Amino acid sequence: MHVPRVLLAGAAGLALVLSACTTDAPDGSADGNGADLTPEEEWFDQEEFDRQLAQRDIEPEGPEDEPWLQAIEPEWVDTSEWESDAPEDATVCFSNASVSNPWRVTGFITMEQQVEELQEAGEIGDFQVSDAADDDNQQISDIQAFVDSGDCDTIIISPSTTATMTPAVETACESGVPVIVFDRGVNTDCAVTFIHPIGGYANGADSAEFLVDNLEPGSRVLALRILPGVDSLEHRWAAAQTIFDDSELDIIGYEFTEGDGAQIKDLVSQHLQRGAVDGVWMDAGDGAVAGLEAFEDAGQDYPVVSGEDELSFMRKWQEEDLTAIAPVYSNFQWRTPVLAASMILRGEEVPQEWVLPQEPVTEDERDELLEVNSGMPSLHYARFGGQDLPGFPEAWEDR
Amino acid sequence: MSTDRTGPKHAGPRRGPWSFLSGGTGTVALLLVVVFAVIATQNPSFFEGPPLMSFARMAAPLVLLAVGQYFVIVSGEFDLSVGSLVGAQVVVAARLIDGDEAMTLPVMGLMVAFGLVVGLFNGLVTTVLKVPSIITTLGTMLILFGAVRYWTGGAPTGALSESFRLPGRGGIEGVPYLGQLPYALIIAAVAAAAAVWLMRSPYGRCLMAVGDNDVAAAFSGVRVWRVRTAAFVLSGLMASVAAVLIGGFSGVTAQVGEGLEFTAITAVVLGGVLLGGGRGTVVAAVLGALSLEALFTLFTQLYLPATIQPTVQGLIIIAAVAYASRRGDLRLPERLRRRTGPPTERPLGTSRR
Repeated sequence: MHVPRVLLAGAAGLALVLSACTTDAPDGSADGNGADLTPEEEWFDQEEFDRQLAQRDIEPEGPEDEPWLQAIEPEWVDTSEWESDAPEDATVCFSNASVSNPWRVTGFITMEQQVEELQEAGEIGDFQVSDAADDDNQQISDIQAFVDSGDCDTIIISPSTTATMTPAVETACESGVPVIVFDRGVNTDCAVTFIHPIGGYANGADSAEFLVDNLEPGSRVLALRILPGVDSLEHRWAAAQTIFDDSELDIIGYEFTEGDGAQIKDLVSQHLQRGAVDGVWMDAGDGAVAGLEAFEDAGQDYPVVSGEDELSFMRKWQEEDLTAIAPVYSNFQWRTPVLAASMILRGEEVPQEWVLPQEPVTEDERDELLEVNSGMPSLHYARFGGQDLPGFPEAWEDR
Repeated sequence: MSTDRTGPKHAGPRRGPWSFLSGGTGTVALLLVVVFAVIATQNPSFFEGPPLMSFARMAAPLVLLAVGQYFVIVSGEFDLSVGSLVGAQVVVAARLIDGDEAMTLPVMGLMVAFGLVVGLFNGLVTTVLKVPSIITTLGTMLILFGAVRYWTGGAPTGALSESFRLPGRGGIEGVPYLGQLPYALIIAAVAAAAAVWLMRSPYGRCLMAVGDNDVAAAFSGVRVWRVRTAAFVLSGLMASVAAVLIGGFSGVTAQVGEGLEFTAITAVVLGGVLLGGGRGTVVAAVLGALSLEALFTLFTQLYLPATIQPTVQGLIIIAAVAYASRRGDLRLPERLRRRTGPPTERPLGTSRR
């Protein structure tokens, strides 16, 4: 059999051109895909969305200058059953999902410093850590090992994923020691306390609202997202979709970047070739600077942009005096679990769901935060909340 | 019945207007043209100077990595360590330079030296210790990845200097029509030309022979281990230069370099270079890199949902390679195939006579 190669080539070419035509004009938008602004049901919970947006305006309870001890609308639970006579001998165990990104690295350093402070004060004893390197199975066996050893007087868990880790967390609860879960959640409320900042919806809404407020109607906005399918990131996008849907902004599309600077710069450059981009919405700040450089290299004005409280972005923001906002996924939450552990060992009440404040960095606060963090590396997070810990600043500077 | 009687026109290599496309280069050149054509329908301004130059700047590091990978693949081996190597180089450079212009050249020198050492290590472990290269370089990939993670604690520190970023970001200004001629394009073009020259030199012919049949090559006097080790060293060198360009292009992020080894291998395979060695040209590998980068660009231009992009990319790659092997780009040359022909031609017929 001999198919003329011209036919094959023609068919391949035709297929490409046809697929081009079919993807070119979805719901009648003339320009780009005009990103779909209806959030996917799987990732959007109207009730939770409303709750998080409302929580942003609620005054949290707790000491004013220690946000890591503040809680929004806490429901206090009794922990006297776990009160320890000798907290300085109590072992705190921590099963960490991973330290696989700068945000987690920064947080973990803060946690270690907090542990040191508490140990010196005799409020906790030994601190044991296992790191699962983002592997669910590894974390399940890590938790099992903590339970089997019987050494732990408190178990802190930062789950790697929600559904898979739920039974492991339940196992830890059944062993009778107090369990503290933070960052990502699990589908059980057996833990004594679940610590987390307000959440992804509030984060995505902060940045989307800023763009809506600072751009003229009809302005073209590009959305840059890291990955699909990660709940905290999907919630940010779902919130932004909801807010953009009610606005007059033209969302020209969204792209997945894996937070890789080279990809971000390439994607932004390509969008710039085909028309102005007035605003850039990002679900996290990784690579924001590379995206802004694409504007520089194309000789265009900087867009209105939302990044994150990552220092590389905040420094660029200050240098170039951008119109920008840095939404925050509060990094200081890494202090709270160890503090909660010491509270439980003292038999003090802790909030059942410990919702920490999550306040975006605005221009008013930017310079002050950069001053505090002046010696920190560029992938450090401004709201890390460790300024008053004994190791500051060397522990974070020399990582 | 016999296949060699079908007519004289199939007996020898085709000589026609398309003959320059033979040897693996044809399919990938065709793919590149088709992809460019579709891009042009989506974005007619793509072929005006500046957008094309920005495409070239983006594609340059991949071209370098593909050339480096070509040397290794054509010698019958793999180099999986290049992605990690690029990541390590950029992160190490940022930490050592830390914004200090005076450190730029020494650090660039150090990067090249480091790339050569890693290549030498890969080569010697593969050839002298006889560890399969896929394992050697997988090991190197993990070693570098882990070492960088350990050294930086997972978060790169420091900053690259402006002059370090120049090769990847800057260019010669004021070129007519093009606007700015990126240094990255010049570097990639020089590297590709040097690679073509090298493949025509005695070393290149030895490399090809080793990839085709290392036993035969050894019998004819080629020092196989030296030739292969040199291929790994070249790959390390190319990765170092690519690291300078990538770091220059986009600065330091924690993810820099991730997955580049597979992109580079894909580019080479797309160029019709035979995995297992011994077949394929540098030009085809370069065209493969350009086609792959053009595909990425096309996906963006089409606003193809980002989630489906890897699937489409995979389909196109399989289709292109299948098409290339159908039309014979990847088959043995005619003169080699004919040798096995006669004995199998009429075995039954002759015995009955």
